[in-house]
Amino acid sequence: MSIILDHVSHIYEAGTAMEFAALKDINLVIPDGQFIGLIGHTGSGKSTLVQHLNGLLAPTGGNIYYNGADIHDSDFNKKELRSKVGLVFQYPEHQLFEIDVFTDVCFGPKNLGLSKKETELRAYAALKQVGLEDEYFYQSPFDLSGGQKRRVAIAGVLAMKPEVLILDEPTAGLDPKGRDEILDQVAKLREETGITVILVSHSMEDVAKYVDRIIVMNKGQIMYDDEPKAVFRHYKELESVGLAAPSVTYIMQALKKKGLPVDTDITTIKEAKTAILKALGR
Amino acid sequence: MLRDITLGQYYQTDSVIHRLDPRVKLVTTLCYIISLFIVDNWIGYVIAGLFLLAVIKLSKVPFKFMIRGMKAIVFLLLIAVVFNLFLTPGEPLVTLWKLTITREGIRLASFMAVRLVFLIMGSSVMTLTTTPNNLTDAIEKLLGPLKVIKVPVHEIAMMMSIALRFIPILLEETDKIMKAQIARGADFESGNLIKKAKSLVPLLVPLFISAFRRANDLAMAMEARCYRGGEHRTKMKPLAYRKRDAIAYIIVVCYLAVCIVCGKILW
Repeated sequence: MSIILDHVSHIYEAGTAMEFAALKDINLVIPDGQFIGLIGHTGSGKSTLVQHLNGLLAPTGGNIYYNGADIHDSDFNKKELRSKVGLVFQYPEHQLFEIDVFTDVCFGPKNLGLSKKETELRAYAALKQVGLEDEYFYQSPFDLSGGQKRRVAIAGVLAMKPEVLILDEPTAGLDPKGRDEILDQVAKLREETGITVILVSHSMEDVAKYVDRIIVMNKGQIMYDDEPKAVFRHYKELESVGLAAPSVTYIMQALKKKGLPVDTDITTIKEAKTAILKALGR
Repeated sequence: MLRDITLGQYYQTDSVIHRLDPRVKLVTTLCYIISLFIVDNWIGYVIAGLFLLAVIKLSKVPFKFMIRGMKAIVFLLLIAVVFNLFLTPGEPLVTLWKLTITREGIRLASFMAVRLVFLIMGSSVMTLTTTPNNLTDAIEKLLGPLKVIKVPVHEIAMMMSIALRFIPILLEETDKIMKAQIARGADFESGNLIKKAKSLVPLLVPLFISAFRRANDLAMAMEARCYRGGEHRTKMKPLAYRKRDAIAYIIVVCYLAVCIVCGKILW
């Protein structure tokens, strides 16, 4: 049970003046249950990459395998793939359209051809998973706040019970509180259900706290693919492509330069605190 | 799939045609269209074709782009040709069952086809070499005299440029929403007509909402910058004729004269 990308490349508008290679020879293995952060600057190809994972875009070169089957084989069931690999787009609240929140979340499972009862049970469970209170269920989705709308949209994908959940910039345009709430909710969801989560972002700070693996993309290629600590060691190279390591990494590096014997492989504030206290001998 | 629409698409390059004043290009296109309807013999169309080829060559836009725009009108072209071919009365040439092809029919049908192709290509040359902003500037300037009879020329031009600007934005938005709904299991392709129409609801509702939201944002941004219509507004880059524009006008007048003489009077 995994997704494998084998020499995948994607060229937009091939053969015209606007030809643009968004992905160049990508090789990836995404095993079950991993929490992955996909990071890259705007235009690095990360959104293009995730749209390949559920077959919305077909690669112009290479193959993609889901559980061992090529997803672009003519007899492959794409609809089922899309229910197994749930993709939440950037600003997902822009896709809401139904008269009330509950009906909107039902849209996904209904398209899978499930019974009315099963559809509604899934919708209810999904709305609970994203932490939306019952009182909002029968309101128009357009009357909710930005953060609530986004939860509803994420629930719309969760209701299809995906095995892999891809979130494209789920925190874009949210305030710090809304951002933490959404990310905490996703982390909790992953803990409870054990699904694979791919978090697309351009902010290291966002993902450092949660993920077990970071894939850094630059100009359509994979630059680093490792655990967070190892990736952040390259903080100077990351800066050169318009990214940055979390602020604590910089603090630890600076402290070490000043002569404090601290561990610089630190990614979260909590770890930093214990490391500094330890170095000070307290 | 939606990327194939070339309507109003601008091809970025540097050529004599690109540098011409947009007013010249607009007037030339109008004259060219008129010339296509004045001439009614082959000599006239050969001249029109040569003129078009020369302009395309000068514009440095690959010929492929012109052809791409033609795909949209293939159907229209076929209908026009078929109707003219079979329904023109005159000297019969071939009779298939109840349909008769006449000498006059062939003549009319082929003229119609050539006219349509030249017409589309001629106007594509203009849109491919002129940015939408420049084009609306030209329209505003050319319609300027109508202000005297209280025609809101500036407002019309502003509406046109906003509409043109929104075409690619809304296309992109449609593409995005479509993908988002497909990711939620929506199906836009299979089923009968009623089912297909129903499946458009999840696409159209978000699209309309997004269009209104964008319109609202734009209105707000314009107001924040104290936009209040055309009175006393100046331009950052006012249109000004240069020598090459005068030369272009002279060429166009010559072309029109040749067209009228060869295509109308001589034969």
